[in-house]
Amino acid sequence: MLNSRAELDVLKKKALTEISSMQKRILVCAGTGCVANGSLKVFDLFKQLLAQRPELAVSIELEKEHSQQEISAHTSGCHGFCQMGPLVRIEPRGTLYCKVKPEDVSEIFEEHIINGRVVSRLLYQDDHTHSPIETQDEIPFYKNQLRIALANCGRIDPDDIEDYIAHDGYQSLAKALFEMTPDEVVKEVLDSGLRGRGGGGFPTGRKWLFAREAAGEKKYIICNGDEGDPGAFMDRSVMEGDPHRVIEGMMLAGYAVGADEGYIYVRAEYPLAVKRLRTAVETAGKHGMLGEKILGSGFSFKVNIKEGAGAFVCGEETALIASIEGERGMPRPRPPFPAVSGLWGCPTIINNVETLANLPAIILNGSGWFTNIGTLTSTGTKTFALAGQIAHTGLVEVPMGLTLRKIVFDIGGGLRDNKIFKAVQIGGPSGGCLTKEHLDLPLDYDSLQKVGAMVGSGGMVVMGEDTCMVEVAKFFMGFVQNESCGKCVPCREGSRRMLELLTRIASGSGTEEDLLLLEELALIVKDGSLCGLGKTAPNPVLTTLRYFRSEYEAHVRDKKCPAGVCKDLLDYRIDPSLCRGCGLCKKVCPADAISGVKKEPHRIDPEKCIKCGTCISKCKFGSIVTN
Amino acid sequence: MSSNGKLTIDGREIDIRGEKNLLEIIRRAGINLPTFCYHSELSVYGACRLCLVETDKLGLVAACSTPPQEGIVIRTNTLRTRRLRKMVIELLLANHERECTTCSRSGRCKLQLLAHQLGVKEVRFGKRDKKLPIDLTSPSIVRDPNKCILCGDCVRMCKEVQGLGIWDFAHRGSKTVVTTAFDKELSDVACVNCGQCVSVCPTGALTVKSEIDKVWNAIHNPDKTVVAQIAPAVRVALGEEFGLGAGEDVTGKIVAGLKLTGVDRVFDTLFTADMTTIEESNEFLVRLEKNEKLPIFTSCCPSWVKYCEQFHAELLPNVSSCRSPQQMFGSVVKKYYAKKLNKRPEDVFVVSIMPCVAKKFEAQRPEFTTGGVPDVDAVLTTVETAQMFNEAFIDFTALVNKAFDNPLGVGSGAALIFGASGGVMESVVRYVAGLTGGDEVGRIDFLPVRGMEGIKTASVEVKGRVLKLAVVNGLANTEKLISMIKSGEASFDAIEVMSCPGGCVGGGGQPDVNDTVARIRRAGEIYEMDRVQQLHKPQDNYFVGKAFEEWFGGVNNHETHHALHTTYVPRRRINGKPFIMNDSRSQPLRVSVCLGTGCYLRGAYDVIKEFNDLAENQGIAGQIELNGTFCLEKCDNGVSVNVNDEIITGVTPENAGEIFRNNISILVDKN
Repeated sequence: MLNSRAELDVLKKKALTEISSMQKRILVCAGTGCVANGSLKVFDLFKQLLAQRPELAVSIELEKEHSQQEISAHTSGCHGFCQMGPLVRIEPRGTLYCKVKPEDVSEIFEEHIINGRVVSRLLYQDDHTHSPIETQDEIPFYKNQLRIALANCGRIDPDDIEDYIAHDGYQSLAKALFEMTPDEVVKEVLDSGLRGRGGGGFPTGRKWLFAREAAGEKKYIICNGDEGDPGAFMDRSVMEGDPHRVIEGMMLAGYAVGADEGYIYVRAEYPLAVKRLRTAVETAGKHGMLGEKILGSGFSFKVNIKEGAGAFVCGEETALIASIEGERGMPRPRPPFPAVSGLWGCPTIINNVETLANLPAIILNGSGWFTNIGTLTSTGTKTFALAGQIAHTGLVEVPMGLTLRKIVFDIGGGLRDNKIFKAVQIGGPSGGCLTKEHLDLPLDYDSLQKVGAMVGSGGMVVMGEDTCMVEVAKFFMGFVQNESCGKCVPCREGSRRMLELLTRIASGSGTEEDLLLLEELALIVKDGSLCGLGKTAPNPVLTTLRYFRSEYEAHVRDKKCPAGVCKDLLDYRIDPSLCRGCGLCKKVCPADAISGVKKEPHRIDPEKCIKCGTCISKCKFGSIVTN
Repeated sequence: MSSNGKLTIDGREIDIRGEKNLLEIIRRAGINLPTFCYHSELSVYGACRLCLVETDKLGLVAACSTPPQEGIVIRTNTLRTRRLRKMVIELLLANHERECTTCSRSGRCKLQLLAHQLGVKEVRFGKRDKKLPIDLTSPSIVRDPNKCILCGDCVRMCKEVQGLGIWDFAHRGSKTVVTTAFDKELSDVACVNCGQCVSVCPTGALTVKSEIDKVWNAIHNPDKTVVAQIAPAVRVALGEEFGLGAGEDVTGKIVAGLKLTGVDRVFDTLFTADMTTIEESNEFLVRLEKNEKLPIFTSCCPSWVKYCEQFHAELLPNVSSCRSPQQMFGSVVKKYYAKKLNKRPEDVFVVSIMPCVAKKFEAQRPEFTTGGVPDVDAVLTTVETAQMFNEAFIDFTALVNKAFDNPLGVGSGAALIFGASGGVMESVVRYVAGLTGGDEVGRIDFLPVRGMEGIKTASVEVKGRVLKLAVVNGLANTEKLISMIKSGEASFDAIEVMSCPGGCVGGGGQPDVNDTVARIRRAGEIYEMDRVQQLHKPQDNYFVGKAFEEWFGGVNNHETHHALHTTYVPRRRINGKPFIMNDSRSQPLRVSVCLGTGCYLRGAYDVIKEFNDLAENQGIAGQIELNGTFCLEKCDNGVSVNVNDEIITGVTPENAGEIFRNNISILVDKN
């Protein structure tokens, strides 16, 4: 139980000494990606090996009170480099082993832990030179990143509050409580220029100011952890990897606006995040960092965890509030804004996980430090989840204003399988696509908005040349028509009809009128929808229409899919010069569309062909081609 | 937000007069912006997007949910707003079952009207992909989900005004529907049939179940004597269906119209309303004397009776045992008047003309029969009656007034005011005052119980005892009053409950527009008619007095209890099969298979299927509760299966049979 700021500092010093007294520290990534690839087994094996070597005076007790312990094994939160998992990081040198399999554990143990020799075959290899790179910080994936929100992810044990405290945890809260008035905290955040990381990019300080000025005895802070964009996992990584940072951010917000209670609304589909947050809330309570009169100040704060019910729309703040209140998650008209009348009619601040995770660093280092990072109107960093046909999928945090080229090619390692870059879909179903011409566009709120996209929550799906943009638009529209809450007409009916038009176009039965109607409808859905979900839902359609119109036109005019993706528009043909007449295709064709005599070129009857592609996958000579 | 000042609408400067939103000001300024989801009596919903306007300060906003701002410049008719409105209608039409010519709402459908008004000439999108079944199970209301435009008016009406929440949204996105709990049929849920949802439904998605054909068949059957009764609130509303103003008294025309359609006898529900007051007042006086079962609740409103049976079984002894005027009428006709005609009860066909949809339900209650046939054979709402006149091509406005037939055609002013909230209570006050005060008591206008207010209270002195009275309309208000009584915050001796806002004048079977303004006009006319009525108190009605003597040998006795009273039993809120919480023989074995992404990819669904088949084959399916579950966090070792809180990992579709044998079926045998 910490009763004062001094006691917090004492604990910090103690924890730091413990960490530095340890000669070696093995951190096994326990993010969802690595766990799915078997990292827990790797962790268990390390533990077993530690247990078998009592002569090394190594305790298998993983808790830090045993300071005589020289080597310890910990689970950590996500490192972000998910594609290379399971990841094992060995401190103090920061050696990073990639794709560690259970059978590799004994080798690492023998060589690295006991003999102090690096196992180079398990190191990351440079994309071009293929030479091994030992430490995490040297890997290009990490080298170009700047981690504020993700600073501790992968470096500390998320279940250990002392590890967090050792890394400056709860210092900014102490600073706010004992050195700053609530108004000064609001001003610091205003000056930092921090904008909401959940999508809209509304200045966080302005939001706080509204709530601070709103009348009301009871106010609430809500942490929006309902991350739902396909392919996005920034918030999950923070909640799993550094839960105390989120709680500290909420407390800063609470102190600033005069709230004494908060809710973390987290997806039920993130069971690990839910578990880590629960542990964090519990240990923070035990340490007196949550509860009454925190650190002996006059400030009290309580955090509740609410698991979401699985609807994408609950990431929209008014729908989220309705969901916490036990109602169906449907957005409500604004005004009144939640900062004035939110949860149970009380002034409420809703901030995204990443926004909150930035706050401790801002308060601790000052707004001046923060504004030096990023651009003039978009300060600080942004996390992006790299996905799609990119060489290194994973999580990155970079200063605002970094170009797309740097992220995709320098950090992400370019496209997989030497594919040629075509576009990225940024911001999930609410964002838009960026093309080759945007590669040197600085990624920040305003420049993205100018080209019809948005930062959104930060999902970034990289697409190569063999991607059909009509298909991409169709995919996202399918998502929206399922995830729309069904309340307002433009979003509910409009998304249904946009999907209908896109399906028609992709199937080759679309007309040029359909294309015009699609555009007209998209603009109206954008204009007329009730909430952010609907207002941004047409972005994928509008941006693909804007940058890849000729591809749409090929679908409706020439009935061709230039990328060769839309099945209905493909013609299957056998190249007679390549066909050996083996008859395998004829045998596997489920539609009896292939005919021919043995040892002579076969033929596909286009009338009968159902374009299933079975023949292509079976032909050993590459003789079946599509246009 | 500002409650005064000025703003500009389409170039004209308009005062703000304390309105809550821009829409009210815009409509006052003579621009009737359309809406589906805005009702001044319900909460703001903001979903139909028809009232979007362009403003200089806020951009494009929904007028219904935007508070007025001093100096704001609003344009209601711009390229953007016009295009948007047309598209909204086109989109709604695309997903609407467009069988307009045969739809019972045709001509009054808001969607149809707006499509016409906005000049929507074609629908460029596909049709509805799925036809959902129409729910015909309720005796009062028909639900056709294929015509629903999801404006949510019914949802909010039922939740906010009636406090019931029978309707709500289910599913998401394009699959969203408005439906009942567990998607049950309307007859199986707690719906009290008040029909307020029908009143606010802009399309033919919710309509009143028509009984017109049943009535025509009776009229055209020479063996049947058709006897009609007309409720008080109908006579001040039916004219609206023929373009007359709300609240115009058309009693004589309705009588004339019914005669013209071939109804044999046209009587007045007022006759039995007077009987109701007399019986109920006497019941009240007896309870007061014995000081038991107080407060007494009125029982005229069938929605309230069903509500009480479902939600307040503990109050059932307090509800007056009197049948409602409609059912007293049916009973009297079938039991006594039929004899007078030398007819068997089944040969007399009683049709009620009611402002109410719940009366259809009430007429079908099994306890209201005589000789095995229903006391009331058919109930027509005000709107249905007008429809019947239309079907007979009757020029309603040109009809010459006719008088009711006798003997059941006379009622006092006290019976007339049953049509407005507070009327039953005032009627009781008049009777009791007359009874205790004798002939000296002149006219009594008991004003405190009149008006549209949700909860009204008053007190009156009878024989030195001050009686506390309450009048409530709307079931949400009723619930509020009941909890006040339970908490001891308030206490009463008698309470009148009407489910519909404003009482029967605002019933679910009344014409469109059925809003507060219309209700005030209708109630106003009822009190005006009462003012000029010679028979003021129930006891002034000579014919009723005679009927009591002739048929029952007095009031509130054994005979009247047989014919004019009833009993109540608690009722389930949701019908259908009970949920089995556990097997009576033994606790079922809980088996849940992880369906998290990792396990799913490793074939969790196939494992479930395999388990299910094995359980069926071994005949132990009843002893196993097989479920899917969220992630069990053994992702690296899936598929994971939780058997009675023990987690088994590494299950595959291939070894599922073995696992089932070794880890699951064994446990079942032990049980």
